[in-house]
Amino acid sequence: MGEKIRKIKNILFYVFTIFSAVFGLFFLFWILFTIVIKGITNFNFQVFFKDAPPPGSEDLGGLRYAIVGHFIIVGLAILIGIPIGVLAGTYLAEYGKDSKITNIIRTLSDILTSVPSIIVGLFIYAILVKPFGSFSAIAGAVALAILMIPIIVRVTDDMLSMVPKELREAAYALGAPKWIVITKVTYRAALAGILTGIALAVARIAGETAPLIFTSFNNNYFSLDLTKPMASLTMTIYQFAGSPFKNWQALAWVGAFILTIFVLALNLLGKYIAHKKAHKMR
Amino acid sequence: MKKILDNFYKYLTLFAAIFVILIVLGIFISLYLNSKLAIDTFGFIKFALSKVWNPSKEIYGGLPAIFGTIVSTILALLIATPIALGIGIFLSEICPQKFKNPFSTAIELLAAIPSIIYGMWALFFLAPFVSKYIAPLFGAHTTGICIFTASLVLAIMIIPYIAAIVRDAIDNVPNVLKESAYGLGANKYEVVRHVILPYTKTVILGAIILALGRALGETMAVTFVMGNVFKIPQSLFEPGTSITVKIANEFNEAYTDLYTSSLFLLGFILFIMSFAFISLAKVFILKRKIKA
Repeated sequence: MGEKIRKIKNILFYVFTIFSAVFGLFFLFWILFTIVIKGITNFNFQVFFKDAPPPGSEDLGGLRYAIVGHFIIVGLAILIGIPIGVLAGTYLAEYGKDSKITNIIRTLSDILTSVPSIIVGLFIYAILVKPFGSFSAIAGAVALAILMIPIIVRVTDDMLSMVPKELREAAYALGAPKWIVITKVTYRAALAGILTGIALAVARIAGETAPLIFTSFNNNYFSLDLTKPMASLTMTIYQFAGSPFKNWQALAWVGAFILTIFVLALNLLGKYIAHKKAHKMR
Repeated sequence: MKKILDNFYKYLTLFAAIFVILIVLGIFISLYLNSKLAIDTFGFIKFALSKVWNPSKEIYGGLPAIFGTIVSTILALLIATPIALGIGIFLSEICPQKFKNPFSTAIELLAAIPSIIYGMWALFFLAPFVSKYIAPLFGAHTTGICIFTASLVLAIMIIPYIAAIVRDAIDNVPNVLKESAYGLGANKYEVVRHVILPYTKTVILGAIILALGRALGETMAVTFVMGNVFKIPQSLFEPGTSITVKIANEFNEAYTDLYTSSLFLLGFILFIMSFAFISLAKVFILKRKIKA
């Protein structure tokens, strides 16, 4: 009798875990399927060359302004975020090591990773938008940079700590000063890991919307002025998807399609770099 | 000269590290300063417990938003936790080796999809689905724009986070432990229930709290389907609002200082909540590390 109950429990357990797995895959495919179908059926190459259409017109228009704006904002964020993140991670792994203050920085950095992104938007609004009296692409970029810094700090710290001591000692024995050892030896040894982290961090910020609402705001025109509001793909999707106009909604789907492909490709690239590195080490 | 460069690099990295502290402090201080007007006008506790949000009379209170945030987060966790545990266990214990990698990647991709995409998909597909198929099961009528739909999107978003941590934790359970249990004649369920879960419970708890932090602060996935109706809903199938939805929808239109400050205060409350939960998660995960 007990044997039978054990067996039934085991079978139920299998059923439950397999159901969970199917549940997860079901939603993944549902979402991806929707994005791909809606994206492709509405797609037209003119989206790369034209700007926003008038609401409710027959014309699909295009997303040139939003794509360019997105690249500018994300690019600027990368320029700000990577150096600060890598340098801070370097301090933790190479100089601070296990001192009290370094561990406090580590903890704060980890906490920063999980701070809601809309809060970062409010923070940047308070320090960069309100004082200067205007939404700006720069403010948006700084907000995104703040979201990527803790991710890069963490991965740099971890990857540098994994570089074998012997490698550094060999360089010191040749008379190299510490900063040369770090920049020429340790960074190179940890490069693949750090690049993976950067790819994932960029993928994360490229999909962010909430921190842009009160910083770079939005704009329906092509603009290269960094001190003015600038369109981004995510804000444009937010605006168009919530609108009642068919052509704007269609454009939102195309934008969602482009964004999803970009973000997922970056993720796969990151995984690929990590995977290749793991093979090399074997 | 060599020495100078060496020191320069050291201080450069130190400066970057201190910058991280400054960001966290800066967020805290700027949120506090900007919500000070609302705190002084209404009082922190009174604001958090008041149900009125009336811009024309300049009276603001946060309870419905705080309520919506907490309820949608808890409901999302209730849906997501068992499923995520199931996926984690499936990935590390049941899935054939051949499919493990593609399946893992698929679940990780689910985590990588931008939240605005979840939001848009939820608006056009999940909300109608809830309205047509799920709400009738409970005898409710809804357009699909409701707390339940919002919680369901949140659940779908946090499932992969929990699942990935659970999978890694289970992968790290020493084989000796599992094999001894199998050796005693235990079946898969018993090994998972009595060996693996007890061994990994602190990490799993940490993962759940971390996911909780994420659900609390999620904005874009819920902003379309929450409804932004400022009241405490009587049922899960009624529209409501949340802290993030309120801020995202109204911040740029707040026309008085007190209005803006009240939204900042909502943000400040959210920051404190998520800060507390993340610290808690860190304590759980850290404890584990020390033991290991």
